Amino acid sequence: MGEMLAVKGINVYYGSIHAIRDVSFHVDEGEIVTLIGANGAGKTTTMHAISGLLKPKSGEIVYCGQTISRMEAHKIIRLGLAQVPEGRRVFSGLTVQQNLQMGAYTRRDGKDAIQADFDMVYDLLPRLKERRSQAAGTLSGGEQQMLAIGRALMCRPKMLLLDEPSMGLSPLLVKEIFKIIRDVNRNGVTVLLVEQNAKMALEIANRAYVLETGTIKMEGEATELANNIEVRKAYLGAQ
Amino acid sequence: MQFLSYLINGISLGSVYALIALGYTMVYGIAKMLNFAHGDVIMIGSYVVFFAFGSFGLNPVLSIVLSMVVCTILGVAIERVAYRPLREAPSLAVLITAIGMSYLLQQVAQLMWTSNAKSFPSVVANSSIFKPVSLFDGQLTISAETIVTILACVVIMVLLLYFINCTSAGHAMQAVSEDRGAAQLMGVNVNATISLTFAIGSALAAVAGALLCSSYPSLQPTTGAMPGIKAFVAAVFGGIGSIPGAFLGGILLGVIENLSKAYISTQLSDAIVFLVLIVVLLVKPTGLLGKKVNVKV
Repeated sequence: MGEMLAVKGINVYYGSIHAIRDVSFHVDEGEIVTLIGANGAGKTTTMHAISGLLKPKSGEIVYCGQTISRMEAHKIIRLGLAQVPEGRRVFSGLTVQQNLQMGAYTRRDGKDAIQADFDMVYDLLPRLKERRSQAAGTLSGGEQQMLAIGRALMCRPKMLLLDEPSMGLSPLLVKEIFKIIRDVNRNGVTVLLVEQNAKMALEIANRAYVLETGTIKMEGEATELANNIEVRKAYLGAQ
Repeated sequence: MQFLSYLINGISLGSVYALIALGYTMVYGIAKMLNFAHGDVIMIGSYVVFFAFGSFGLNPVLSIVLSMVVCTILGVAIERVAYRPLREAPSLAVLITAIGMSYLLQQVAQLMWTSNAKSFPSVVANSSIFKPVSLFDGQLTISAETIVTILACVVIMVLLLYFINCTSAGHAMQAVSEDRGAAQLMGVNVNATISLTFAIGSALAAVAGALLCSSYPSLQPTTGAMPGIKAFVAAVFGGIGSIPGAFLGGILLGVIENLSKAYISTQLSDAIVFLVLIVVLLVKPTGLLGKKVNVKV
């Protein structure tokens, strides 16, 4: 299994604020890797730098052997790198079906292939099927999160970036969402997961990185980090 | 009977406002800016029709098509040269640029064609298909211009709604309008979408210009300014960013303007139009069909 994504010493600024300092990490094909950290640690900034919504000032991001750190966001998705953004950001005025169709916006492989993926997504997320002709804005938070994931899957990604998928959801729904993420990964999609909910993230991830005030503080196997005393104190609520 | 006549003329005038307002509202919805040069694109379009149809005797339909092509190129070029470099700039900078662009177009038109008013030939005057209609034993006459204007507006509205709601490019527009970042994550090219929006708005402006000048046949470099402002009012009135809102706002504005001209005062009609806008905005700040937008910080 080769390296799929490599982030090499990137620095990202918001105006004059230096949000990300020399961050480096990598994700191998087939893995679930998680980036955990507190609010404001730079997790979302890192995600936006990868998906192209923000441009790093220095450093390089390589995806499947191609440098993407200077590429525009709408071209990066065409390489099979999809992002489920923080706060879901579904198109509330469009229906569930139209939102999924937007996910397939870049595809040119014909109606049948896209229809097959509609079936796949509705199979994976049956609740969306019931609500297919409903405006996305009328869905509950959990359903919107499912829609955001389904929408990203519609482009047939090789790799999925998930930004805080558990945010604002009840513990039961969080469990459901994490089960979905695991299923997606079993179907062959590599996952990079950003989470504040470190406990759940470390449970499903292979490896993890800890991000603190814009730099990587720790890295290792997920099970290792879950037992690390510092991580347990800072992120898992241990005494 | 007179009332009916005023009403129909008002709907016709309102149809022109609606066509112009669509350009304002679509650009606002997608690019989040007010393109105050939009009214002057109408003026340029009208000059194109004036020369192609009036001076060179080209077929009226072809003249309007030519004017649409010129306006589309002009609109896209304005966006590319003047607004795109300011994509990340504060909205005030973009607004001032748009006002500057409006004056630039007016001055260029004045240099090229002088400020003398030209008498615009009606594009439907000698049409074999559209004839004035006489109803109720000749008590009510509807001019061919009025009929064509209302028809054109309805047809364009239907086509536009189909485009926005039933095509992939239309969905991409709605997506960009709602959340530019998320649309980019779907693979939508935001710059291309904004260019497309300017293209559609400017092409509609060309149609509006030809229809407006056919009913009110005086053309000079400032011709686009007042209809432009009123269409902007119509767009805000209907709820800026909303396409049916622009349509409704435009028609209502035209009707209000014409009825107040007929029954209240010709001089005060513009003041009444703006007064109505102020009242609507006080009662419903988002306009008639506007949605409340929660800005997330």
